[in-house]
Amino acid sequence: MRQNGFLSRIFIALVYLFLYAPIFVLIAFSFNSTKSRTVWSGFSLQWYRDLLRNAEIMDALQTTLLVSVLAAVIATIAGTAAAIGFFSMKRRPRGICLAINNIPMTNADIITGVSLMLLFVFAGRVLNLNFRLGFGTLLLAHITFDIPYVILSVLPKLRQLDPNIYEAAQDLGATGLYAFHRVVFPEIAPGVINGLMIAFTMSIDDFVISYFTAGQTSTLAMVIYSMTRRKVSPEINALSTLMFLVVLSLLLIINLRQIQQERAVAKKLAHAKH
Amino acid sequence: MSKELIRLSDCVMKFDDDLILDHINLYINDKEFLTLLGPSGCGKTTTLRIIGGFQKPTSGDVFFDGVRINDLPPHKRKVNTVFQKYALFTHMNIFENVAFGLRIAKIPPKELTVRVEEALTLVNLGGYGKRTVDSLSGGQQQRVAIARAIVNRPQVLLLDEPLGALDLKLRKDMQIELKKIQQQVGITFVYVTHDQEEALSMSDTIVVMNQGRIQQIGTPQDIYNEPKNAFVADFIGESNIIDGIMHADGVVGMYGKRFPCLDSGFSPNEPVDVVIRPEDIDIVPVEQGQLTGVVTEVTFKGVHYDTIVDFRGFKWLIQTTDYSPVGAKIGVKIDPDGFHIMKKSRYSGMFGDYSSYSAEYDELSESAEDSGDEE
Amino acid sequence: MKNKLLGIPYIIWMAIFVVAPLILVVIFAFTGRNGGFTLENFSTMNQYVGVFGDSFLLALVATMACIFIGYPLAYFLSRENAALKGMAMMLIMLPMWMNFLLRTYSWMSLLEDTGLLNRLFQAIHLIDLVNVIGSSMAGLLNQPYEPIEFFHMINTPGAVILGMVYNFLPFMVLPIFSVIDKIDHRVIEAAQDLGADSTVVFRRIIFPLSLPGVLSGVTMVFIPSVSTFVISGLLGGGKTMLLGDLIQMQFSGNTYNPNLGSAISLVMMVIVLVCISIMNRFGSGGEEAVVL
Repeated sequence: MRQNGFLSRIFIALVYLFLYAPIFVLIAFSFNSTKSRTVWSGFSLQWYRDLLRNAEIMDALQTTLLVSVLAAVIATIAGTAAAIGFFSMKRRPRGICLAINNIPMTNADIITGVSLMLLFVFAGRVLNLNFRLGFGTLLLAHITFDIPYVILSVLPKLRQLDPNIYEAAQDLGATGLYAFHRVVFPEIAPGVINGLMIAFTMSIDDFVISYFTAGQTSTLAMVIYSMTRRKVSPEINALSTLMFLVVLSLLLIINLRQIQQERAVAKKLAHAKH
Repeated sequence: MSKELIRLSDCVMKFDDDLILDHINLYINDKEFLTLLGPSGCGKTTTLRIIGGFQKPTSGDVFFDGVRINDLPPHKRKVNTVFQKYALFTHMNIFENVAFGLRIAKIPPKELTVRVEEALTLVNLGGYGKRTVDSLSGGQQQRVAIARAIVNRPQVLLLDEPLGALDLKLRKDMQIELKKIQQQVGITFVYVTHDQEEALSMSDTIVVMNQGRIQQIGTPQDIYNEPKNAFVADFIGESNIIDGIMHADGVVGMYGKRFPCLDSGFSPNEPVDVVIRPEDIDIVPVEQGQLTGVVTEVTFKGVHYDTIVDFRGFKWLIQTTDYSPVGAKIGVKIDPDGFHIMKKSRYSGMFGDYSSYSAEYDELSESAEDSGDEE
Repeated sequence: MKNKLLGIPYIIWMAIFVVAPLILVVIFAFTGRNGGFTLENFSTMNQYVGVFGDSFLLALVATMACIFIGYPLAYFLSRENAALKGMAMMLIMLPMWMNFLLRTYSWMSLLEDTGLLNRLFQAIHLIDLVNVIGSSMAGLLNQPYEPIEFFHMINTPGAVILGMVYNFLPFMVLPIFSVIDKIDHRVIEAAQDLGADSTVVFRRIIFPLSLPGVLSGVTMVFIPSVSTFVISGLLGGGKTMLLGDLIQMQFSGNTYNPNLGSAISLVMMVIVLVCISIMNRFGSGGEEAVVL
């Protein structure tokens, strides 16, 4: 296809500048020697040093990572099982299940958050349970909004699956479980891993649903939110910069490897032709 | 078969270091059915795409009606293409698909409707206009693709393996139908295929290609009866290809014996490739045979038997209605017009031995070609 | 690989954590503080008509802006080579890994009256230029002119829209890009072959085929925009109250009133659902919605 002209390239560059300007500002001022976020007063690493001593942020980071990992793993296992279950159903019940499954994804976050909050408060009152909003309810909420993403990324892989391979494995003497983990799972693994990644991202990034379901527990996003109402301490900028760099380098490695593989494949194909 | 319409002059195509087309020279006459035939990767699709304007040759020129059109984009060329996998517009119904080109040409609505219906009727899809693309079978989709191209009354229709995705029965029917359509609308067809039977039964002219080069251009009869080299002889139909020596005009030697033949024009004692078609060989009692061999394999094919006979280590395929059991010693007799003599080429010694004969030779060679052509 | 039983635990889970909470929202919306049935929550909502109007208007403008920026971007990117495409898509998603509150907060540094953008405008004498033009225009019209020292950007509805576009633009670009990128190249060649130049190819082939992507992009941008309560707080300075802020207030602190909050949520949900289904009807949206 035709490549882009000069003007289109300028447009692309401008949009990316728009997306990254605030991030660059944030990163730059994480190295500022004063608290100001508009006046540059000199290079310093003091916010990185202070970050390690800030108990509130470190606690929140721990909570965030813990809830994200737990929710993503649980959601991946439950979501994969559910995807297989949905896949086995007849058309109509499957359609209904998928429609309900889509609700947490399409509904506004605030409604998911508020409705779960009502559930937890209401259930606590009706069942007379002595339970409060906290880490437990936070985890339940995260699992609930993670599972749909896992299902949506596993289902297409199940559809691509050759319907006979499970039977072929059993025909060759494999038990159901063995056939699943030696034959079926490797085929759907990319979808499962993709689902895990999306679930983890969603959990780490979530603020709104956590806000309504976490009670006194604080995730990183919630600490940041309460700070934005007062004054954001530059330590948070330092932490974000670190997280950003970790993710950036991970993605770069994955992307570069992919490009290399694609090139190698393309080369091979070109040579195989002749 | 009148005037020349398209000419490719010294066309070379390179991708990185790969030479896809190696100095192609070719002209196509008006109203002719020309087929580009060859195995996958031979450059036939690239040649078609150069004519269609989707690729530019690395060097060389393309002429249409005497005008150089190298830099003319596809939408300005008076050719239309029927694509390999149809490439129908799924977001439009059948009528709109066929009307696409006419709407761009700003044909008034009344005439447009008439022409679309005409085109659909021509491909036996009258009344299908309101249907969606997905509701049609493969064969019907193919016919929509043909109608969509033909309705624009192009001077040339390019067809890129249009029947490749259809099953055998449908393919045969469509071959006949395509030929009929070509005669009805009276325009030039440039047809790409790897199926030699298809090429033989439909074409006025066949261009056999391999490894980016034209191997032979001729009528189906020429190509079959007078193949230029071992590649063509093997690719078109079945051939036994044996090393021989042309002793003199009308006398060819193989296996140390001399045989009368009809070919001439070689220098004395020139080494040659001798082509003998399996159906040109008669099995006779040993004492009457020009050569004797041992039957190693027999397969019943319906009309005839495929008999593999070992002549001193070189295996021949003979197609005959006479049954000879495995192990039988037999004689063979070949009439002078059964021999076809070719000059030695780079393909000599690569084809024409049936030592690895398989009863499914046809199907095997076809499915091997199916794995994607060059882009 | 068939096992229906594996679906049952999640069906139960959905019943408890997806369906039941929504039913609770409906029940709460129709009950008063004393627990009896009432329509009072809806009748008191009259005073918030302005908030509804503002929210939907701002979300609509933000969504349109996302289409006008996101569609050309997705289209241009789809024409780049594979390596660049992969990198570009990665860079679109990368900001999502940085907490959106922080990124939005960072806009405050840029937009403030003494912020980085205004400093930049001063440095390149853009502000002076505006003053020169402004005063001469005023002079011509015999009007008094007050020179400005900065552009007032923060705490305006414009800033809120900017925050929405900034945060949700990737949700517009990704579905559009994935649809355009999947269009079979042979279909485009077929159109060219039939006489279509690049404008016609775009208008009659690429654009109609990319509509499903636009529709899911609109859904994915409009819904979070209409319900956000952070962006308006940070960039709107609390001046522009949106539905999200209103709902959030009902569920926290001394304005706690879950019944009214549920009623507002319910109305918002219904309006959004109606809008989306009307849009899908018109958008011939037969295709499956594209999620991420």
